[in-house]
Amino acid sequence: MTTRDPLDEFIDAAASTLRLTVEPEWKPAVRANLEVTFRLAALVNEFQLPDDAEPGPVFEA
Amino acid sequence: MAGDKDLSWASAGDIAEAVANGTVGAAAMVEAALARIADRNRTVNAFTAVTAERARARAKAIDSARGRGEKLGPLAGVPFAVKNLFDVAGLATLAGSKINRDHKPAERDAPLIERLERAGAVLVGALNMGEYAYDFTGENIHDGPSRNPHDTSRMTGGSSGGSGAAVAGGLVPLALGSDTNGSIRVPASLCGLFGLKPTYGRLPRNRTFPFVSSFDHLGPLARGTRDLALAYDAMQGHDLDDPVCAARPSEPALPVLGRGLEDLRIAVAGGYFRRGAFPEALAAAQRVADALGVTREIELPEAHRARSAAYVITAAEGAAVHLERLRDRPRDFDPAVRDRLIAGAMIPAVFVNQAQKFRRWYRARVLEMFNDVDAIIAPATPCTAPAIGQQTFVLDGVELPVRANLGIFTQPISFIGLPVVVVPVPLAPLPIGVQIIAPPWREDVALRIAQALESDGVAAAPRPPE
Repeated sequence: MTTRDPLDEFIDAAASTLRLTVEPEWKPAVRANLEVTFRLAALVNEFQLPDDAEPGPVFEA
Repeated sequence: MAGDKDLSWASAGDIAEAVANGTVGAAAMVEAALARIADRNRTVNAFTAVTAERARARAKAIDSARGRGEKLGPLAGVPFAVKNLFDVAGLATLAGSKINRDHKPAERDAPLIERLERAGAVLVGALNMGEYAYDFTGENIHDGPSRNPHDTSRMTGGSSGGSGAAVAGGLVPLALGSDTNGSIRVPASLCGLFGLKPTYGRLPRNRTFPFVSSFDHLGPLARGTRDLALAYDAMQGHDLDDPVCAARPSEPALPVLGRGLEDLRIAVAGGYFRRGAFPEALAAAQRVADALGVTREIELPEAHRARSAAYVITAAEGAAVHLERLRDRPRDFDPAVRDRLIAGAMIPAVFVNQAQKFRRWYRARVLEMFNDVDAIIAPATPCTAPAIGQQTFVLDGVELPVRANLGIFTQPISFIGLPVVVVPVPLAPLPIGVQIIAPPWREDVALRIAQALESDGVAAAPRPPE
């Protein structure tokens, strides 16, 4: 039995849930972009911020 | 002003003075620009629309006003053009796309066009750009690449590629672009131009096609500091229709432009901004530092993480803008843009939220640095203009993608909305830009330093061969 790559499964599930078409020939580029984004997001996430850190945008009521 | 043969390289300020004192008519200036566009646009592919009829009518009105003895504005008779994501009445706002060609024509000009025209400038057309501004190259699959006037086999940089090509090619003295992660500063660098990305929230963005609301800025490209200041001053002011636009009074830069360096404290950005750069980028920054007598080096903390966070937010917000189009017309996008936007739509919200929290942390640290310095110098791009179509470059033995890496030095700055002037350093064979970075709302400081560098001849927009 072969195990599918979790990122491929994530892309398939997200595309289906979001009603986005990802043709097989687009998939490698979508995957490559998502891999880069996840890698850069991990770099941000590993930087420790306090629990009460506020996001950049500030809404004024 | 010099004779007709030099009109294509005249500054906006000189044109406005000549029109005001009657040396040349606005109509003649506009005809010269239209002739120049007809002659040169085939080569540099800067324009996607030429608004000849409205430009002629506008020029005629300016000449009539002068004939009646009315005082003309500071940009009287100056031809200018805008990246085609600005609304221009009567034109569909393409934003570099095929899909938007089906949009209805805009009913009203963007505020910045209205403000420049109120100052006497004359819109002559709309400019090529990377699709939906998700681009650092100036290439466009639908309209063809904008071409660098210094070497038409090379990129202009993007996404305001047509803006760079139009001004560096002498088609117009002034163009507007947008800058989300570097889209004014990258083409200014690769085309050898002066470019201003004002503070986030300084200029209104309504009636322009958005990309990433958290980072979208608008600003001018020109061949000199004075022209940047003339345009910038004419465009300042609050607009209630852009909730990001700050309710600040205009703070004109032109009156303080010649104040010189006085006691400004300037430092060079080290660390991140010394890595990932080709020797020419470091040489240009060093030349600027030497001219300013700057020896101090400082390090923007966690700049690599700032760039990463900007990347994540850009992908997610950009995807949100285009989600419906991605569902309905995915085959009508540039494939390279589409595949990045599809990936952007799949980014978990927690990543975006964390990136926005990091943004506030980083902003606070960098603002602390501005307690000790008034401006920071950094390269604008890691290299001079790559060849059109070039996918990678090799730096220190490592092959890197061109498209993403052109913005590595601009992204950590726009991430927190700092004002930047890019000054061109006329290296041979190709120019390259250096960023003068100032604290929020201190565009005047960056412009003063740029003016000093221009006066010294260290910064100059080189005239390309034809």
